[in-house]
Amino acid sequence: MDFATLIQILDSTVRLATPLLFACLAGLFSERAGVFDIGLEGKMLAAAFLSASVAAVTGSVWLGVLAGIFASLLLSGIHGLASITFRGNQLISGVAINFLASGLTVLLGQKWFGLGGRTPPLTGEGRFGPITLPFADAIAPIPFLGPIYAELISGHSALVYLAVACVPASAWLLYRTRFGLRLRAVGENPAAVDTAGVSVIGIRYSAVAICGVLCGLAGAYLALGLAAGFGKEMTAGRGFIALAALIFAKWRPWYALGATLLFGFLEAVGNRFPSIDLGLFAIPSQFVQALPYIITVVILAGFIGKARPPSAGGEPYVKER
Amino acid sequence: MTAMPKWADAVLVPLISLVIAFVISGIVILAIGEDPVAAMKLMVTGALGSTYGWGYTLYYSTNFIFTGLAVSVAFQAGLFNIGGEGQASLGGLGVALACLFVPWPHWSLALIGAAAMAALFGAAWAAIPAYLQAKRGSHVVITTIMFNYIAAALMIYVLVTVLRPTGAMDTASARFDPALKLPRLGDILALVGIPFNNRNPANISLLIALVACVGVWLLMWRTRLGYQLRAFGKSEKASVYAGINPVKITMYAMLISGGLSGMMAINTVMGEAQRLLLNSVEGAGFIGIAVALMGRSHPVGVLLAAILFGFLYQGGAELALWTTIPRELIIVIQALVILFTGAMDNMVRKPVESLFLLLQRGKA
Repeated sequence: MDFATLIQILDSTVRLATPLLFACLAGLFSERAGVFDIGLEGKMLAAAFLSASVAAVTGSVWLGVLAGIFASLLLSGIHGLASITFRGNQLISGVAINFLASGLTVLLGQKWFGLGGRTPPLTGEGRFGPITLPFADAIAPIPFLGPIYAELISGHSALVYLAVACVPASAWLLYRTRFGLRLRAVGENPAAVDTAGVSVIGIRYSAVAICGVLCGLAGAYLALGLAAGFGKEMTAGRGFIALAALIFAKWRPWYALGATLLFGFLEAVGNRFPSIDLGLFAIPSQFVQALPYIITVVILAGFIGKARPPSAGGEPYVKER
Repeated sequence: MTAMPKWADAVLVPLISLVIAFVISGIVILAIGEDPVAAMKLMVTGALGSTYGWGYTLYYSTNFIFTGLAVSVAFQAGLFNIGGEGQASLGGLGVALACLFVPWPHWSLALIGAAAMAALFGAAWAAIPAYLQAKRGSHVVITTIMFNYIAAALMIYVLVTVLRPTGAMDTASARFDPALKLPRLGDILALVGIPFNNRNPANISLLIALVACVGVWLLMWRTRLGYQLRAFGKSEKASVYAGINPVKITMYAMLISGGLSGMMAINTVMGEAQRLLLNSVEGAGFIGIAVALMGRSHPVGVLLAAILFGFLYQGGAELALWTTIPRELIIVIQALVILFTGAMDNMVRKPVESLFLLLQRGKA
């Protein structure tokens, strides 16, 4: 494999990791506050659909992003209502949200555009174009460093840079602010937070809302950046890979960046090489595709370090009276 | 808070939740510019108006009985087995291997052998998540989701490179021996003189599903193991204190659950397709969740809920055929049923509870 191919694979790694990173950080906020969310997939799907629809109708990519965030927030609201207010089972609520998104996107897509669930293909202002960073053209001819800067770092869409910026922002919010301390405390010991006079319900709803915004960005990037429009079931399990990355990252923002880049890399390799020939035997492409899931199971089994979820995760908080 | 009579808990609350789910579904149909009443009429005539429709309804119901029972058994033991989809597709692999490579003298023996293989393969696919939950505390929900995806990749690999006959274009196994064809429901009912359409896939697996319902009931409420499973589900701490082995119970619950999911394949793979197709499960594993929630994890409830979802499935297919409403409407209804009977249960339960409290106070 030569250098140019490697750069290409890494370039597509960055693209493919971006939706995973948004979704992974989304899950991080929700789960750190003690609300399990297996509905990341559904929220991404709904966001991808509405963002593509709005971008197709208005021709504005940013209106599309806003619409995507709106769709995702709506589903987050349902999740919050079910799991925080009505103290329902958070896992079941997540399952319901996934199905709701999967059905409604096709139903509405067929009604609005009549293309069998797809949205019209986006062109021009309707989707994200590449941003060329300063001096990219000047540095490009320099060997080694040139291609790394011009092709790998420069030339992505705005949301890619936003996703990367979200990592330090999340770390700062979680570990350096009062809100972050409370959010993490709500996920570990909600009763203690309640005793301190802080609303557990309020913190959990804000965490679920942040999760909604980030999932919205993940879905919008899928439809407006990675692809040019919405296709039926286009998330294709990315919400669950993000969940896997979250566990791999042990619920920490910087680790999340590493985990999503790894899973993005696996997907990029799988796309580039349908099967990998090792001389003695060939690794089938299906194995490479299943690798993120297999890795997650191995991590969950505690063979590579112990992943400890937030203690109060999954449990509705019942205030004592 | 035991003001609510048993019947209200078992029937009234799920029924109200169901009504809410259907009202919202009706609103969704209105929102996409169709007439909900006409849609409902079409669904009823399409799914229940003829023995042909009934055949399809019961065919789908058979799948949902198996997957619903599977989720129920795990639920009773306090475990959420979301991996029915993967377990059922592995069950399909078991059925295909049994039917392709064993020279069965008669379909009845083949059915027993295939059902055993289906259960074995399904249980095996549930075994690793079960073991990891029992021994290492890895959350069974996440591991079973992961195993669904691993199963999907595995099935593609097996069908593309191993089971596909050389030269065949579609990703499917070879056809089974025609002698292994299962008797259709129409044939069976004809024996007792009931005329029933024979051009539908409903087959003898339905009877096995009914037997499975009775079996699960006997297991859960008439055996020591069933008692242990339910006790473990109610309170893990108390049951461990009472001497119940948590590792053993978790394993049993998940293995039984996986086996039941896997057995779904005798209906789809052996009863209908007569060969192993890619994605032979078609979401039935997930519908099991809705069925179990609606049926309150009781075999009778599961049976009724499975028939309801069978009706929805067949009715939805008819809708897609005759109107512009896509089949995905069923997924929306399924989501709403899961949401209201599962996650938002308290939304209905609390008001009903206070209503009964009020009534009691009125009497006193």
